[in-house]
Amino acid sequence: MDALNLTEKTDWTFIEQFKKESGDNPSLCYQCGNCTAGCPYTHYFDYPVSMIMRLLQTGQKETILNSKAIWLCATCETCTTRCPCEIDVAHVMDVLRHIARRENKVAEKGVKSFYDSFLKSVKLFSRMYEVGMIMIYMLRYGYMLSAAKLGMDIGPKFLTRGKLSFFPHELMGNAEVARIFKKYRKMEKERAKK
Amino acid sequence: MRVGVFICHCGSNIAGTVDVARVAAEARKIPGVAFATNYMYTCSEPGQDEIKAAIKRENLDRIVVAACSPRMHENTFRKTIQKAGLNKYFLEMANIREHIAWIGNDKELNTEKAIDAVSMAIAKVMQNKPLHATSFKINKRVLVIGGGVAGMQAALDCADGGLDVVLVEKSPAVGGIMARLDKTFPTIDCSICILGPKMVDVGQHEKIKLFAYSEIEEIKGYIGNYQIKIRKKATYVDWEKCTGCGLCMEKCPSKNSYDYFNFGVAPTKAINIPFPQAIPKKAKIDPNYCRQFLKGKCGVCAKICPTGAINYEMKDEIVTEEVGAIVVATGYGLLDQNILTEYGGTRYPDVISGIQYERLLNASGPTSGHIERPSDHTEPKTIVFVSCAGSRDKSIGVPYCSGFCCMYIAKQAILTKDHIPDSQSYVFYMDIRSPGKGYDEFTRRAQEEYGAQYIRGRVSKIYPKGKKMIVRGADTLLGTQVEIEADLVVLATAAIAAEGAAEMAEKLHISYDTFGFYVESHPKLRPVETNTSGVFLAGACQGPKDIPSSVGQGSAAAAKVLSLFSRDMLESDPAIAQVNTNACVGCLKCLKTCPFQAIVEDTLRSGKKVAKVIETVCAGCGVCTSTCPCGAIQLQHFTDNQLLSEVSAICQM
Repeated sequence: MDALNLTEKTDWTFIEQFKKESGDNPSLCYQCGNCTAGCPYTHYFDYPVSMIMRLLQTGQKETILNSKAIWLCATCETCTTRCPCEIDVAHVMDVLRHIARRENKVAEKGVKSFYDSFLKSVKLFSRMYEVGMIMIYMLRYGYMLSAAKLGMDIGPKFLTRGKLSFFPHELMGNAEVARIFKKYRKMEKERAKK
Repeated sequence: MRVGVFICHCGSNIAGTVDVARVAAEARKIPGVAFATNYMYTCSEPGQDEIKAAIKRENLDRIVVAACSPRMHENTFRKTIQKAGLNKYFLEMANIREHIAWIGNDKELNTEKAIDAVSMAIAKVMQNKPLHATSFKINKRVLVIGGGVAGMQAALDCADGGLDVVLVEKSPAVGGIMARLDKTFPTIDCSICILGPKMVDVGQHEKIKLFAYSEIEEIKGYIGNYQIKIRKKATYVDWEKCTGCGLCMEKCPSKNSYDYFNFGVAPTKAINIPFPQAIPKKAKIDPNYCRQFLKGKCGVCAKICPTGAINYEMKDEIVTEEVGAIVVATGYGLLDQNILTEYGGTRYPDVISGIQYERLLNASGPTSGHIERPSDHTEPKTIVFVSCAGSRDKSIGVPYCSGFCCMYIAKQAILTKDHIPDSQSYVFYMDIRSPGKGYDEFTRRAQEEYGAQYIRGRVSKIYPKGKKMIVRGADTLLGTQVEIEADLVVLATAAIAAEGAAEMAEKLHISYDTFGFYVESHPKLRPVETNTSGVFLAGACQGPKDIPSSVGQGSAAAAKVLSLFSRDMLESDPAIAQVNTNACVGCLKCLKTCPFQAIVEDTLRSGKKVAKVIETVCAGCGVCTSTCPCGAIQLQHFTDNQLLSEVSAICQM
């Protein structure tokens, strides 16, 4: 393996962009590994979360944005809770996910689609509608098998406990929810212009 | 009046951003200024000679030096003009370095500001009066607060130097933390074997008056003359009669007292002698556990004591001691393990602190040196050490490194292998901090010869599984999560300020930092002095320290006391408050606001009540001056007229 030429390969603009967008300071991390130590999903990650922090410190933009770890993070915030340096690590992962999405770098397409399906269902029904979300996930994104498996696995349990309903819930304030989506789109457009 | 003005370049420190020649030229225009010049390094010997020569040549009687902060060189220049025959209070300094040159880059503006500062100093110096110091006698006795290794070293060095020492120790025996340790790094020599002789010396030295189980109640006075009130806490045992035979401890039926000496590793008796080598070796009753105090009947110790030393009616006693200097060696405390909730706090008996493990290793400890799990008294085979349990953790308010944990963990790992040859130690660490003579080699030995597994990463949580404790952490070098099934977990809990450190600082009028550690006068050049003259620091009360550093500081503090006491008289600063009895209306507001109790009520021959300043006690803070409703009390060298002349100088610019 070639040595990583840090003079050439440190993306300082990326570090600055990240700092500005997140308000987090990667320099606060002293690499103790407590985030990795507590992470319940680290076994599925390609890079453990402490290494994502290190990659961020060294400005390894491509490696981070192409990593599966940022998509597999469940935002359980164990890392944030345990971090002795008071870094909101879960938020760091979240912001990295946003940047990756904008740059069309999605290492885990299924996860992104699942998020999109969730948002779509909220946009349509103004709140979480599980069956609708699964349908979108299946039909729009084509995850027939995994969605069907998910439904088979947890569907019966959810149904018997009244956690799933076949019809969307009635909700007041549809207009307000629509405004949230509109406002976010506008913010995104303004950011894109900049 | 002929004022001489000297503008210093301080190399490029001042001249880099201030036009010093122009400042001197402007100064020359001010009425009263007879001479003004600029010089490369005014504080240098030729610079001072230049001042002396100018005083003679130009017949100057007031001097202004525009240079660095008066904290740096005011004394230097005072001595200079004194040598040239002027009263040393005829000097004023304008701080054009820290206040001007270092904080702005605009040369034009800086120069203007420097001219302002210099003209203020000129206006003030013309109002200055000659002041003369009075001298007073020093009481050549020293108080040492704290009988740990630093305090004992300071006490012994002072006593060997011929001073009378009053040593006050909060707990029933001297020795501090070091008396509780098993072995010391990096030599693995027995802690109590090397400390014991010092403790005996302290107990027997004819120059040392030891107050064990006593606390400082009140401190009054000033450098050279302190009055100290010491509270001798009730031990319920007459120490004059107690021979330390230990019969009472043997027979005491109350077996579940908290053992402060052993950090609660095992219970002790309600009447106890903390450890076999204790100095003084005297018994003491803990009334929180004693049946006589709780239930009103028992009296076993009183019956059994061969010398009749037990006295249930004993009360705290206040004694007064007079000293001339104070060495503070109050040591440090340990972080409450309960804060570390992810490690279970103190819920799991087999997760203990480093100092508790030290007691388990110790031959005179509750297990006679056999390592056993507190839960089931079995011998542990897998022991996990967790460094930085609280240290370097901003989220719980301890961002600093405790300094000695890396070393004692390596020591404990080595001792563990010695005690239990078929054991395996694991050490979770972030960085190994071992910058001392033979220290790094020692941590290497723990790994190379004693097979301790060092894992670079923090521990995220500890939880029980059957009889084992599961330690989940990270190995950042492997880039993976790791888990160890441990029999015993030892947490290197953070070193924090001693309990009551802030209150003690208030009594002493010394400063302490955010974490409660005492602040030295200068971090490099005055490491054992405080900003209150006559009060010195030794040991971990100033910051976490290992034994060699604590001993070094103890000796250093003693050297400072001995050099202070090498004189018979001290000069008092004449820049203190003075009452104009004609203007004083006797309202005595000043008496109430004075933080040093330096003002008393006085009656003149005419019968008029007025305030009176005790010269030696006044610290010259000026609180009384700003309190006085009729301007009758004035701080010499900073009188209203002097300060107002500065104000009008700057307003006229």
